[in-house]
Amino acid sequence: MTGHTMLLVFEVTILVLAIFLGFEVISKVPTLLHTPLMSGTNAIHGIVVVGAMIVLASGHKGPFTWIIGFLAVVLGSANVVGGFVVTDRMLEMFKKREPAKPKDEEQK
Amino acid sequence: MSENLSDLLYLISIVTFILALRFLSNPAHARRGNQIGAAGMLVAIVVTWVKAGTTSWWAIVIGMLIGGGFGAIAARKVKMTAMPQMVALFNGVGGGAAALIALAELHKIAIHHWTVLGGGRPTVDISVAIALSGLIGAVSFAGSMIAFAKLQELIGGRPITYPGQNIGNLVLLAGLIGFAVALSAGVHDQWIIWIVVGGGALFGILFVLPIGGADMPVVISLLNAFTGLAVAIGGFELQNNVLIVAGMLVGASGTLLTLMMGKAMNRSLGNLLFSAFGQVTAEAAAVAAGEGGGTVRSASAEDVAVMLAYAHKVVFVPGYGLAVAQAQHDVRQLADMLEAKGVEVTYAIHPVAGRMPGHMNVLLAEANVPYTQLKEMDEANPEFSRTDVAVVVGANDVVNPDARTNQGSPIYGMPILDVDNAQTVVVLKRSMNPGFAGIENPLFYNPKTVMLFGDAKESIMKLTAAVKTL
Repeated sequence: MTGHTMLLVFEVTILVLAIFLGFEVISKVPTLLHTPLMSGTNAIHGIVVVGAMIVLASGHKGPFTWIIGFLAVVLGSANVVGGFVVTDRMLEMFKKREPAKPKDEEQK
Repeated sequence: MSENLSDLLYLISIVTFILALRFLSNPAHARRGNQIGAAGMLVAIVVTWVKAGTTSWWAIVIGMLIGGGFGAIAARKVKMTAMPQMVALFNGVGGGAAALIALAELHKIAIHHWTVLGGGRPTVDISVAIALSGLIGAVSFAGSMIAFAKLQELIGGRPITYPGQNIGNLVLLAGLIGFAVALSAGVHDQWIIWIVVGGGALFGILFVLPIGGADMPVVISLLNAFTGLAVAIGGFELQNNVLIVAGMLVGASGTLLTLMMGKAMNRSLGNLLFSAFGQVTAEAAAVAAGEGGGTVRSASAEDVAVMLAYAHKVVFVPGYGLAVAQAQHDVRQLADMLEAKGVEVTYAIHPVAGRMPGHMNVLLAEANVPYTQLKEMDEANPEFSRTDVAVVVGANDVVNPDARTNQGSPIYGMPILDVDNAQTVVVLKRSMNPGFAGIENPLFYNPKTVMLFGDAKESIMKLTAAVKTL
């Protein structure tokens, strides 16, 4: 196998493992938290900004790549920052009843 | 920084993302998880920035300040009720970034082959990745923007349909796949990727336009999965593991979440996406609305206040109307007052109430309602038979008994909250207009039901004032 093929096989392997991991992790999330879940995963795919940075960094090879890379960095960072901030605002609000009435059942 | 070191640091980021999702299984530490994920993201960004070297570091910083600044301000300023469209917006820009990466990569490869290698073509896997991430990213970008516009009410929330819609969309999609295949097979004229990306955007628009506002939660969740997938495939172009794993985690979890929501509505994904929900029923609703359904009892706030104050158990059933009227704080106040009078108060939350999965949970959490009072459908339904008053605040389809009994109804088979099992049902509603989906609701004509017309927020405030005097 050439180096390129080996790399590809490795990449496909982790891709498939990530699929199962994604299913596994999510199946334990209660409906109560489905909105923050969606918003939180939304923030995680903001990792696209890393790809955008790589493209922009190679942008000295031509103005087209530079412009496209720059735009991608702008969009990607909006995704990351906005995603995490929105999710944090949502999760901040989920509180248990304040200590006044302690008899509520635990939701574990 | 060496390739090995950066890969190891990326692995740290990957672990934090998994932990972030894992921590979301319990509200008690979900926020901590999100912060861990954000920290891991910072690690990945810093590593990449250092690796980028000296050539473009300032451009990266400026780009991130612009994008990040916009994201931070928008996310901070937005009202809790506008959360669904914000999530759609941030999802869309992520998809857009993935599509742009595909454009840039193909350009780079093409130039490289012309000028350096003097011909030849890149390996098939890279070509396939570019074609797919360009297409999916563009669909996600444009689709999310339309979802945003619908939720922000820049365009009407009702389904927009025309004859031959599904066929047209299918033909478009088939054509795009054809171009994507050509691209994958090594035809590297750059106009093809522009057609794939541009056509993908067009498909995204046409695909979301006919979907009614009530189905938006499912669409946003699906587009979220699309963006994740596009990002993962982008990882193949750049041979970057963190993109592959993080993107695919989102792609897989988003798909599962979408399927779970479809199940909660008892509809298949195909039905949700291609049936232009609500549109078919416009005429049916018009017929039913014309006197056919029986009489409607309307009550004053004072009457309802008495019912509530002397009840043993009151269940609030919130819907999208609660979000629109921003009445969550007022509902909480009313509930507090009732609790002070010894009334047992809970909230029954339908899994698809509102415009996001769990939308109502977020809104009520914002109003400091303890999450232990929020009952999911399976837990809430058996309770209605020993409930004195069920107060429906701006919900419609999720309490429509037609879903149980009327086979002709478009929502037949959807599990609903059985509010009609309560002694009395109070429906807070602006007018007798059918809901977002345009479906008539026989609950309003039930002899047990009284209607309290008006803006949800005002009605709740009136009720609170009236309960106070009792």
